[in-house]
Amino acid sequence: MPMPTDAPGDTDVSTPKYLRDKYAIVGVGETTYVRGSGKTTRALGTWALRNAIADAGLQPADLDGMLSYSNNDSTSATFMAGDIGTRLNFYMDCVGGGSSTEALIGIAIGVMEAGLCKCVALFRAMNGYSQVRIGGTGARSAAPINGDALHSRAYGWQSAGQMFSPTFMRHMYDYGTRPEQVAMVKVIHSEHASNNPKALYRKRYTVDEVLGSRIICKPLHLLDCCVETDNATAIIVTRADRARDLRHTPALIRGIAGRCSKPRMDMHYQAGPISRVAGYYAKDILWPNAGVGPEDVDATGSYDAFTFTAMLQLEDYGFCKKGEGGDYVSSGIMRLGGKRPNNTSGGHLCEGYTHGMNMVIENVRQLRHDVDDSCPIGPDGKRQHTYDYREGGCRQVRDIEVTANLGWANPMTGSAMIMRRG
Amino acid sequence: MAIRADYLGMPLSIDDLDHENLAYFGHCAEHEFHLQKCDDCKLLRYPPTTGCPWCASPNATWTRVEGKGEVHSYEEVHHAIQPAFRDFTPYMVLLVDLDTQRGKPSEHEALRVVGNLTTPDGRLAPPDMVARVGIGSRVRMVFSDVAPGLALPQWTLDEGAVQPAKPWRYPQD
Repeated sequence: MPMPTDAPGDTDVSTPKYLRDKYAIVGVGETTYVRGSGKTTRALGTWALRNAIADAGLQPADLDGMLSYSNNDSTSATFMAGDIGTRLNFYMDCVGGGSSTEALIGIAIGVMEAGLCKCVALFRAMNGYSQVRIGGTGARSAAPINGDALHSRAYGWQSAGQMFSPTFMRHMYDYGTRPEQVAMVKVIHSEHASNNPKALYRKRYTVDEVLGSRIICKPLHLLDCCVETDNATAIIVTRADRARDLRHTPALIRGIAGRCSKPRMDMHYQAGPISRVAGYYAKDILWPNAGVGPEDVDATGSYDAFTFTAMLQLEDYGFCKKGEGGDYVSSGIMRLGGKRPNNTSGGHLCEGYTHGMNMVIENVRQLRHDVDDSCPIGPDGKRQHTYDYREGGCRQVRDIEVTANLGWANPMTGSAMIMRRG
Repeated sequence: MAIRADYLGMPLSIDDLDHENLAYFGHCAEHEFHLQKCDDCKLLRYPPTTGCPWCASPNATWTRVEGKGEVHSYEEVHHAIQPAFRDFTPYMVLLVDLDTQRGKPSEHEALRVVGNLTTPDGRLAPPDMVARVGIGSRVRMVFSDVAPGLALPQWTLDEGAVQPAKPWRYPQD
């Protein structure tokens, strides 16, 4: 697609602008998405990293930077680097969950631009079902409650769904958003997952099935909540000029907003309106940096920790007007074959939960025009996509050029990234 | 002095260095609600902090605040994560706009104080009470006593207030 040029004065002449398309994602890899991996997070992480290196067409020694994120539920880069046969010039292990992927890609670009290293791998390795449960059940739920946590956990206000639900409920009150509209996020993502052989859940669900599933934390039914899985994912970022020599069409990074936040992160509900999420602020960094707008985007990866989170972000990043998220997600726009599909892998609601990285991986494969569905593989080693999106069929978006990933940590913090086909 | 206590079988604690939370929960233990009021911009804030979120001043004075307000949003937990709450489902977590300082510093702000819906004596509310509360319900603050120097502020229906004819509740109800 022709990329818009900047009219003088419409964005600042800043470093982010200068870096448009200068870096690219050149390799992606993952383990299987399962419940019960039977492996350590170290073994899962090295598995995903090896796959990403092979996917890129690199040698292990080409990697000299490493970034990871976890919530004390994983293995750090210090144990991964040797296991994959490389020595690092830079590494950093961060605390964090959702929204970390895009933010760390921003950091990767920064450290390469600063000359600290030249090729960075990011990984997230977790046994989110069999060891440290992502929903907060198990050992975490019984941990002692100290100090600032007295204002939340002492009220039985702890899990992600519990912490976010006041935002979700108030959105319904403020804008008349209906349960059956929000349920369409699960319905559509389950359709996408049915065309993804890797997905943990490949069954297609109906609105009635979502609304008929048991209430976890009103307004969330069981099927409004994402899956818990064991898996690792990895992404390799390097300069776009190096990417030309590698195996795949690079996914060029146009712009990033990283862990952009609402006011009062100590308790964001003190700053209103509470049905607003971090994308409201992040959009003013993302779109000018990327030099594109929502209308230029062919597919989105709006983080679906819950059905509501995908909707709220699409709304605050400007894919529809504030308050019209219910109409947007139930209109068919974000279905494969629609104008702007969302989470074509099935996302966290169906494929598996890796704190956002699998949604970036999916969009990288989409931009290569080589998404791993069940279409036949041709003599060039690439799938011959049919664009028949019926169950068990294709999930490649036709002629896709630009994607947007909208990473979610919670209502107050989000990251985002625009990529385009190189 | 550090506080170590037990509430519904959960270990709660406040370290002796945590002056802000010791003061906050200490007032609650006397069944009074106090918040920090900024000595410079005069705005109250919740929960306790070490600086004013509105003007960054480190200077504040604990000030008594009336515990009355209106439910701004809520959730109803049917599947408890914490073992302590399993015997009380469905329980409600309320986000309540205090009448004090509502609409300041902008129309979108209020002191939004978290609490469970409880009976007047601070026990988690029974299902028939949960079903009567929604956005717009008028509530008053009560306290769940935990230990000397520690009580949790909670919310109960304000029987003396004019209640909305039908508070807003989740549409599937």
